[in-house]
Amino acid sequence: MKHVYGWLLLTPAAILLIGFTHYPTLRTIGESFFSRGSSLRPSRFIGLDNYRAMFDDPIFWKVLTNNLWFALGTIPTSIILALTMALLVNRALPGRALVRMAFFTPTILPMIAVANIWLFFYTPDIGLIDQILSLVGISGHNWLGDPATVLGAIIVMTIWKEAGFFMIFYLAALQHLPPELREASRLEGAGRWHHFRRVTFPLLMPTTLFVLINAVINSFKLVDHLFILTKGGPNNASNLLLYYIFETAFSYFDTNFAATLTVALLFLLALMALAQFYLLDKRVHYR
Amino acid sequence: MKRDPISWLGNALETGAAWLLAIVWIAPLLYALWAAFHPGEYAVRFDLFAPLTLENFAHALERAPFPRYAFNTFILVTSLLSAQLVLCTLAAYAFARFEFKGSSIAFGLVLVQLMITPEILIVENYAILADLGLVDTIAGIGLPYMASAFGIFLLRQAFKSTPRELEEAARLEGCGVLGVLWRVYVPLARPTYLAYGLVSISHHWNNFLWPLVVTNSVATRPLTVGLGVFGAPESGVNWSVISAATLLSVAPLLIAFLLFQRQFVQSFMRAGIK
Repeated sequence: MKHVYGWLLLTPAAILLIGFTHYPTLRTIGESFFSRGSSLRPSRFIGLDNYRAMFDDPIFWKVLTNNLWFALGTIPTSIILALTMALLVNRALPGRALVRMAFFTPTILPMIAVANIWLFFYTPDIGLIDQILSLVGISGHNWLGDPATVLGAIIVMTIWKEAGFFMIFYLAALQHLPPELREASRLEGAGRWHHFRRVTFPLLMPTTLFVLINAVINSFKLVDHLFILTKGGPNNASNLLLYYIFETAFSYFDTNFAATLTVALLFLLALMALAQFYLLDKRVHYR
Repeated sequence: MKRDPISWLGNALETGAAWLLAIVWIAPLLYALWAAFHPGEYAVRFDLFAPLTLENFAHALERAPFPRYAFNTFILVTSLLSAQLVLCTLAAYAFARFEFKGSSIAFGLVLVQLMITPEILIVENYAILADLGLVDTIAGIGLPYMASAFGIFLLRQAFKSTPRELEEAARLEGCGVLGVLWRVYVPLARPTYLAYGLVSISHHWNNFLWPLVVTNSVATRPLTVGLGVFGAPESGVNWSVISAATLLSVAPLLIAFLLFQRQFVQSFMRAGIK
């Protein structure tokens, strides 16, 4: 009986999960082996041609490198800031609730709204950053229009948005550390920095790994801001893989090539799932 | 604990650092508030005595139907959450209490969605939605997210930690399979439901890419998409009005967050730690 009940209870969710996760995944893989169809020439099987085109596509490599820099630029800084924030508010502090709120509020905003706010900071000449710089005699700069600074500008904004979110996990972990540990260090004569480096930080390692892997996954999914700030430009200098997939499918209407790009993204996510499985679940499971 | 001057100084420095960082962190939002409530010419000029105005909000409302977008978002978020709660409760119950044949493989397949969220498969999911005739509907925005692997996972954990004795007691009282679920498991998992609910609401209130692809009319567009269309640089709207529109779109969620800060933060913690 329990088999029947089990499957009956699962069925409604299973239909939707299969319909919008497993089936489209297989369809994506299938479509990647077909040519782009048009009214004159129907789509036909072309084997690995789309993959060859992808590996020869300079924009594909450009967006992949951008994704890498975007991840490298946002993640370590966000994690360090998040840990700092958590340590700062995990102690007696006047106005602690306000400080914590200030750190966490950007997390609750949609990326689109964040981009709207920051767009003006980066506007050349009249934007806030250029206004402030002009006070010390530095002339205006087109932060989002210059390929050299655009990714950096987006990275700074993303750090602002994400650090408070990661702080939450560190706060939760810090609250679970037994206070006797600090007492023991004190008796041993260890200073606070020493205590942090030798006791707190190692004990937070599971949290750091959890945050790290989630941050890497997020860095591939987070593209909303590009719609407002740059549309991937100038000259793809700020384009990211998922945005490129969107453009290919919905601006250039090449769904088969978009499917091929999606397979690349799925491959990367699968690698991360493996990393998560081996790093988090096997080695540092904490309860 | 004795207070020597050095540790007092260290403490004061840390407090100062915390406050400084907090001010830096909240400044962009305060700035958006400033711009939204002052006439356009004060957007880049700080003057304590600048006149306050609601003009920017009036302009924003004139140029785009934000109340309608807010209504769409509200319908989306509430209907999606209701569907998620039902579907995830049933599935989680199956995984937690019925060791049915193939359940571990099925659970593994469910977890795939934690990594491959519907917007990753945007191309094929759009095609599927088109086949179903659900493009440009609010149901279409919500449908792919209704069976949420994250919800199933969280509720399964909560159900598993419910003592079996309670279930047996309820059975003796004459409860059936669904009766036990409704009278024992669901009430005891309330903190998990709250946590999942808040995470789901804030996630879908803020979601953009998938709703952007699915919708193309005022009647279905949620706030994020409406704001995205409104704020696009080529639309040539002035900065103060964009700030006002941005605040309009985030206000409901932001106010809810400020009022129930503790619940939000604890929910995110609970949901994140699993």
